[in-house]
Amino acid sequence: MTPLLQVKGIDKHYGARIGCMDVSFDLYPGEVMGIVGESGSGKSTLLNCMAGHLIPDAGQVIFDTRAEGPVDTVTMSEPERRMLSRTDWAFVHQHARDGLRMSVSAGGNIGERLMAVGDRHYGDIRDKAIDWLGRVEIDVTRVDDRPMAFSGGMQQRLQIARNLVTGPRLVFMDEPTGGLDVSVQARLLDLLRGLVREMGLSAIIVTHDLAVVRLLADRLMVMKDGHVVETGLTDQVLDDPQHAYTQLLVSSVLQV
Amino acid sequence: MNEYNFAYLDEQTKRMIRRAILKGLAIPGYQVPFASREMPMPYGWGTGGVQVSAATLTPDDTFKVIDQGADDTTNAVSIRKFFEKTAGVETTEETYRATVIQTRHRIPEAKLRDDQILVYQVPIPEPLRFLEPRETETRKMHSLEEYGLIHVKLYEDISQHGAIATSYAYPVKVSDRYVMDPSPIPKFDNPKLEMDAIQLFGAGREQRIYAVPPHTKVVSLDFEDYPFEASKANHACDLCGAEDSYLDEVIMDDAGNRMFVCSDTDYCRSRRAAGHVGRLAEENAA
Repeated sequence: MTPLLQVKGIDKHYGARIGCMDVSFDLYPGEVMGIVGESGSGKSTLLNCMAGHLIPDAGQVIFDTRAEGPVDTVTMSEPERRMLSRTDWAFVHQHARDGLRMSVSAGGNIGERLMAVGDRHYGDIRDKAIDWLGRVEIDVTRVDDRPMAFSGGMQQRLQIARNLVTGPRLVFMDEPTGGLDVSVQARLLDLLRGLVREMGLSAIIVTHDLAVVRLLADRLMVMKDGHVVETGLTDQVLDDPQHAYTQLLVSSVLQV
Repeated sequence: MNEYNFAYLDEQTKRMIRRAILKGLAIPGYQVPFASREMPMPYGWGTGGVQVSAATLTPDDTFKVIDQGADDTTNAVSIRKFFEKTAGVETTEETYRATVIQTRHRIPEAKLRDDQILVYQVPIPEPLRFLEPRETETRKMHSLEEYGLIHVKLYEDISQHGAIATSYAYPVKVSDRYVMDPSPIPKFDNPKLEMDAIQLFGAGREQRIYAVPPHTKVVSLDFEDYPFEASKANHACDLCGAEDSYLDEVIMDDAGNRMFVCSDTDYCRSRRAAGHVGRLAEENAA
């Protein structure tokens, strides 16, 4: 089977400082990969390099496109990469405000990606928007409300709906549950797990919350100071951590 | 003559503006940056249009200025006087006699010919501005032809008002390529953007010039199930009886009486001169 995404030797420096160093892995269709590590460990840098928001200093990010098979997205032309990022890719930001248009109604937010790929039938766009509001458990009567009037959890769910409406194959998530209270987090995780399984999505989730990866991720990558220190199946890494930093990370979680 | 250089601006500036105009004509709908000059009038009063007119006028031209269709408003009168003084060109209020027409917010009702030039005053040239505030991003969207966002605005209109409520500055796609703001003309005028005359757009404060060459395809954006509609007040002109012209609503008293009159004053005047009479014209005469 061809991996959906092959990451080969990604380097990113900020001047003399290391962003991330020599990161390589393969992601297969339907697989969810978790990236954990403390703040400043290079998780978000790596994610942004993969999603095309940052240009890596070295390395390849090879995506298995529908039309042409595996293509290096780092060297592909900008229009192609932007097309990819609004069709086959999705990016869920930590802060919903970064990923939503706050002055546009919920329906317009969900419809934007559809219109960006050429959908020009208002009725269809609206039906899909309402369908997706239902799928992310937002009351459909709020389709014309602006995200400004939504709670944090609803904004995050709206952001997910807006990203998944075009049926992407790969979702990048940057701390999707950050800043939400625990009961809202649990619901969001439940929803995400359902959607990932139902749509057969591949996902890369960056987080510092081990509970999130325990629930969602098949595989885990632990980062420290820009380097990958440990990889493996999620349960294996969390239950039998080998690297000293991973042991510290796992033992730092409060057992309630 | 007088102590001004012809048409106020110096020759180098006019050359610079003409280059921008030619580039604009070569790439229909593309916003060409230009080094806009300070003009002796405030921004928002047509500094862009005045600079384009100054670069376009020759001593043989006949110049007309309209503001919301009218020749006799402050803006139109002062710009007309400005060029009478600085260029010494002949001016007129009659559309068919003019060779250069500077306009704010209207296209004349009379069909323009291929020997005429229409110059628009533009406040905000960027059609994506209110959706995407970053100039770097809107430029990228234009260059990559990513125009999904403009439909988000139309979507919002329909979801809030049940119809596309944008009634002026209605976005168009020029020559199947660039999305363009046609300046704040009523959408009634949008179909007229495909015309025989050259159309030039000048935005002074925003420092942009763009153009639509003659006979260029201009499509008003819409949805398949909510097609574009050129709308106007559902009345005839009360002075000249015209049913095909764009109308202004004028409040007559505090008892709710109102009249509708052509916004294009020259069109209305010439129709009345030809004997057409509207609903209120006779009462006035009596």
